[in-house]
Amino acid sequence: MARKEKRIKWLLFGAFSGLIGIQPLAYAHNDAGNQDGKSQDYPKYQWRFSGPFGTYDLASVQRGYAVYRQVCSSCHTIQHMTYGDLMGMGLNAEQVQDIAEQDQVPDGQDAQGKTIYRKARLSDHFPAPYMNDAAAKAANMGHVPLDFSRLTLTVPGGADYIMAILLGYREKPAGFHFDHMNHYYNLYAKDKQIGMKPPLQANQVRYMDGTKATIEQEARDVTTFLSWTAQPHLIERHRIGVRILFYSLFMVILVYLVKRKVWFNVRK
Amino acid sequence: MMWLKKHPSESEAEQAPAQQNSSAKNLKNWIEYRYPLFSTLTQQYQKFPMPRNVNVWWTFGAVLSVILILMLITGIFLSLGYIPTVEQAFSSVEVIDRQMPSGWLIRSMHMAGSNLFLAFLYLHLFRGLYYGSYKAPRELLWFSGLILLLMIMVTAFAGYVLPWGQMSYWAANVGGQAIAAIPWVGEGLTRWIMGGDAPNAITLHRYFVLHFVMAFTIIGVVFAHILFLHHVKSGNPTGVEPKKEETIHFHPYYTAKDGFVLAIVAVIMILLVFFFQDWLTSPENYMPANPLETPENIAPEWYFLPFYGMLQVIPFKFGGLLFAAGSLLLLFLVPWLDRSPIRSSRYRPLYRISLFLLVLAFVTLGFVGKYHSQIILIWAGRFALFYYYLHFLVILPFSNRFELHRSVPQALTNVAEKD
Ligand code: HEM
Repeated sequence: MARKEKRIKWLLFGAFSGLIGIQPLAYAHNDAGNQDGKSQDYPKYQWRFSGPFGTYDLASVQRGYAVYRQVCSSCHTIQHMTYGDLMGMGLNAEQVQDIAEQDQVPDGQDAQGKTIYRKARLSDHFPAPYMNDAAAKAANMGHVPLDFSRLTLTVPGGADYIMAILLGYREKPAGFHFDHMNHYYNLYAKDKQIGMKPPLQANQVRYMDGTKATIEQEARDVTTFLSWTAQPHLIERHRIGVRILFYSLFMVILVYLVKRKVWFNVRK
Repeated sequence: MMWLKKHPSESEAEQAPAQQNSSAKNLKNWIEYRYPLFSTLTQQYQKFPMPRNVNVWWTFGAVLSVILILMLITGIFLSLGYIPTVEQAFSSVEVIDRQMPSGWLIRSMHMAGSNLFLAFLYLHLFRGLYYGSYKAPRELLWFSGLILLLMIMVTAFAGYVLPWGQMSYWAANVGGQAIAAIPWVGEGLTRWIMGGDAPNAITLHRYFVLHFVMAFTIIGVVFAHILFLHHVKSGNPTGVEPKKEETIHFHPYYTAKDGFVLAIVAVIMILLVFFFQDWLTSPENYMPANPLETPENIAPEWYFLPFYGMLQVIPFKFGGLLFAAGSLLLLFLVPWLDRSPIRSSRYRPLYRISLFLLVLAFVTLGFVGKYHSQIILIWAGRFALFYYYLHFLVILPFSNRFELHRSVPQALTNVAEKD
C-alpha cells in the first residue's frame, strides 16, 4: 500500500516537473525566430570575461582605454565613469592621476559666462565631447551617439555584436542603395547601413606595451574595455565570490553537524 | 557563559567574571521584576513548544524573517546614496554601483534578497495551502500572512521603479494604466496617485516614500504574525494538534534546523550575488527612463508574471484587473471555502492532485505573462486562469464529497511515513 502511494507520488512529481519543463522548450524555438528578425548571426568569440567565473585581461582593458580615449571618445560618452574608476584596470592612483591630467574638464563659468576648464581630477566624471544633446545631434545627423557606460549589457549580442560592428565594414556591393544619407555599409548593422564612419584604422593608436595595433587588435581591446566599463567590479566579485562560497559551504557542513548532534536523541 | 559551568574548577579560579555575572544577574532581576522580559523571551523563543515532526516547509518563516532583516539593512545603506529625483535617480544608482565602496555588493544583495523574498513567500504560502495551515484556529495567522504578501508585493513594485531605468519607468506606467482601467474613477485615481498623467517627478518621489515606509511597516505586521503564531502554536504535516509530550523546545532543536536551512539559503544568495548577478537585472533597466521610447517587451519581474499573465488573457482591461486582484483576494476566503474536516493534504489525495494542478496553472500563467504574443498561449492562459478559480471556488469547497478517505493518524508519532 505504502509502496503504491510512493509510486503515485513519484509519477505525479514526474508529470508535474515534465509539464513545467516542457513550457520553456516551446518558446526556445520562438525566441530564436524573434532574433532572426532583428540582427544577423555574427561571429562568436571566446571572451575571458564571460561565464560565472570570467575575469578580464587587464592589459587588454588598458589598451582598450587608449583606443576609447583616442578614437571613440570624440563622439561617445561614458557618463557614469570617473577617472578614479580607472584604478580598477590595474593602475595605481599616480598612474591614473597622470591619465586624468591629460584631460581638461569644464568647471563652472567665469564672469563673462565662458566655461572654465581645468585639469581633470580622480573624482571627475569623464567629460562629454559635446556641450549638450542638441550639439551632439547636430554633429551626428540627428542622433546622440550611444553612451558606453553599460553598452555591452544593453546592446543585444553584447561584446560579440560590438566586435561585429567594428569589423563589419565593407565596400558597398554594386546595386546597394542606402536609405539614409551619409551612411556606411556594414554587414552587421540594421539594414546593413550605419551612420558611424569606420572608426578604426591600423596603427591609429600607439600601444605603450608594444602590441601591434591591427584593426582586429584594436577592436578586441576596446570591446574588452567596454565590457569592463559595463561591469567594473566583475573581477572582484568573482574573486571574493569563490572564497565566500567555499566559506559558506563549509558553514553548511558545520551547521549540519550541529543539527545532527542536537537532534541525535529525538525519536523520529 | 553557560559552558563555563561544565568546568567548575575553571569558574572557581576566575573570580572577576563571576562577579560580573552577579551584577548582570541583578540587572536582569531588576528588569524582570518590572517587566518579565527574560522569562517571556525564554517561554516564547527557547521553550516554545514545537511539534517534533515539522519538516523543511516549516523553516521558511525563519528564512523570510532573516531575509527581511537583510533587506532592511541593505536598503538603509542604499538609501544613503540614492537620490529620488527624475534627474538624478539613475545616475545616483550608478554612483552606488560604481563609486560607493562596496555599493555594488550592497545593491546586489538587495536585489538578490528581493528575489529570494518573493520565492520563499510563495513557498511559505504553498505550505499553508498544502497542509491546511489556514484552518481554525489559525485564520488570523493566515490573514496577517496574506497582508504581508500584499505589502511585500507593493514594496517590491515600488522598489523596482526607483532606479528610474527604462523598465522602472514603463512598469510604473503599466501599473498606472491598470488602475486607470477601473470604470468611472480609474483615470482620476491614476492621476491622483501618480500626480500626473504619466510617471513623473512626483510619482518617483511617492514611490520612494512608499517603498521606505512599507518596508518598515512590514516589521510591525511580522510582529503581529508571530504573535498570532505563538498563541495558536505551529501546526505540523499531519494536521493533528500535538499532545504535550509530542512537542520539543524551539531551542535548540528548531534553531539548529532553521540554522541549517538558513546556511543553504546563504549559499543560494551568494551564488546569485557573486556569480549570477545578470539573472537579477533586466538589461533594459541599465538604460535611463525614456518616456518617448516604449521598450519592445515590457515584462515585470518573474514574481509578478502570473498576475501579468492574467491581465493579458482577458480582453477587457478591467476584467483582467478584477481577475488578477481576485486571485489574491480569494486567498482570504480560503479558511471558509475549505469545508473538509481534514487539515493536511496528505490525507486528501484528490485534493492534493488539484493543488499540484493549481501550481501548474499558476506557472503557466507566468509563462503567458512573459510570452503573451501567441494565441495558443493566450488560450492556455485562459484555461489556467479558469482552473485557478475552479480550484478555489469548486474543488476546495466540494472535493470533500468525493475524496478518497484516508485515515488520519491519531497522534504524530503514529506516522511512519516522512514527508
Ligand atoms: C514577511 C513575510 C513573512 C514572514 C517573515 C513570516 C514568518 C513566519 C514565521 C517565522 C512562521 C513560523 C515558522 C514557519 O512555520 O515557517 C510563520 C508561520 C506561518 N505563516 Fe508566515 N511569514 C510571512 C508571510 C506569510 C504569508 C504570505 C503567509 C500566507 C498567507 C503566511 C502564513 C503563515 C502561516 C499559516 C503560518 C503557520 C503555519 C503552521 O504552523 O501551520 N506567512 N510565518
